[in-house]
Amino acid sequence: MQIDTTTLWIVIVSLGLGTYLIRFSFLGIVGDREIPEWVQRHLRYVAVAVLPALITPLVIWPPATGGEPDPARLVAALVAFAVGVRFSSVIGAVVAGMSTLYLMQYLLP
Amino acid sequence: MSRAAKKSAFLRGMWDCSPFVLVIAPFGLLFGVVAGEAGLNLLETMGMTVLVIAGASQFTALALLSEQAPTLVVIAAALAVNLRMAMYSAALVPHLGKASFGTRALAAYFMVDQSFAVAIKKYEAEPSLTLAQKLAYYFGCAAIICPFWYGCSAIGAVVGQAIPKDYSLDFAIPICFIALVAPMLRSLPHLVAALVSIVCALLLSWMPYNLWLLIAALFAMAAGAQAELWVEARKLCK
Repeated sequence: MQIDTTTLWIVIVSLGLGTYLIRFSFLGIVGDREIPEWVQRHLRYVAVAVLPALITPLVIWPPATGGEPDPARLVAALVAFAVGVRFSSVIGAVVAGMSTLYLMQYLLP
Repeated sequence: MSRAAKKSAFLRGMWDCSPFVLVIAPFGLLFGVVAGEAGLNLLETMGMTVLVIAGASQFTALALLSEQAPTLVVIAAALAVNLRMAMYSAALVPHLGKASFGTRALAAYFMVDQSFAVAIKKYEAEPSLTLAQKLAYYFGCAAIICPFWYGCSAIGAVVGQAIPKDYSLDFAIPICFIALVAPMLRSLPHLVAALVSIVCALLLSWMPYNLWLLIAALFAMAAGAQAELWVEARKLCK
């Protein structure tokens, strides 16, 4: 599906500005004040809280197959996960996952 | 501070950060390719890469844009992924807080996972470094990482347009995220947060406007934080 150009630039600019403000926050404005302990404790888990929720539907109901679960994609996702956990290698996991996907697509009719 | 000492701190930063080029380069390449696949032209891809310089949130924005999620949800989710940088920003204050406003503004722009991690490790290992040396080291880290991020995503965007559709590159986005998240699951609280995140995404998928994503993330964050408290309490009991 085509992404609307105006929407895209709104996202690019807001995300750029917002991300910059997050980076600048303490170093530029707030200064030496500490982030409260409970806020830090939540911030530590932001990435692992957002990303799995984002991926799950894409893996189970991939748009490319019209939302039908696809064995090749499911297996590829599991392999990427296993390699990522075992070897802590981002690139290794990407290579393993995509290779598995191509292999499965070749093997499955 | 002599120019020579500054120069050597800068080069030291570049050298210490150089192994991460092996992570950044392919990841940038992949972003370029995937962005092209999602329909972004070179200018749009580079606009995002240069203005945002944060891989995970760029992939998040792409994934949600391709799903036609509402603009506000796209921005909120992608920004949430970058919230961790507020912690980086705070952690750098004791080391770089005395620099001039302009320098701090520039340092903020170049604050990426790798440059932060390498610089803070150095500052803690060698507290005797002067402000000028710390700054030179920090910008040395950025000087090796960021050009590769820009360059590789540009190459990816150009190369990507030559890759035919039937290579299932749609699935490169979820695979990238899995690859990013899997190595993060090093502790029980991280694991709990990820599990709650997945379960909520499945249970709440009926919600409109991708709201399930934001709500799942909130629940998962709270779960991670609670699990951490629980783990710490158990440690104290022993």
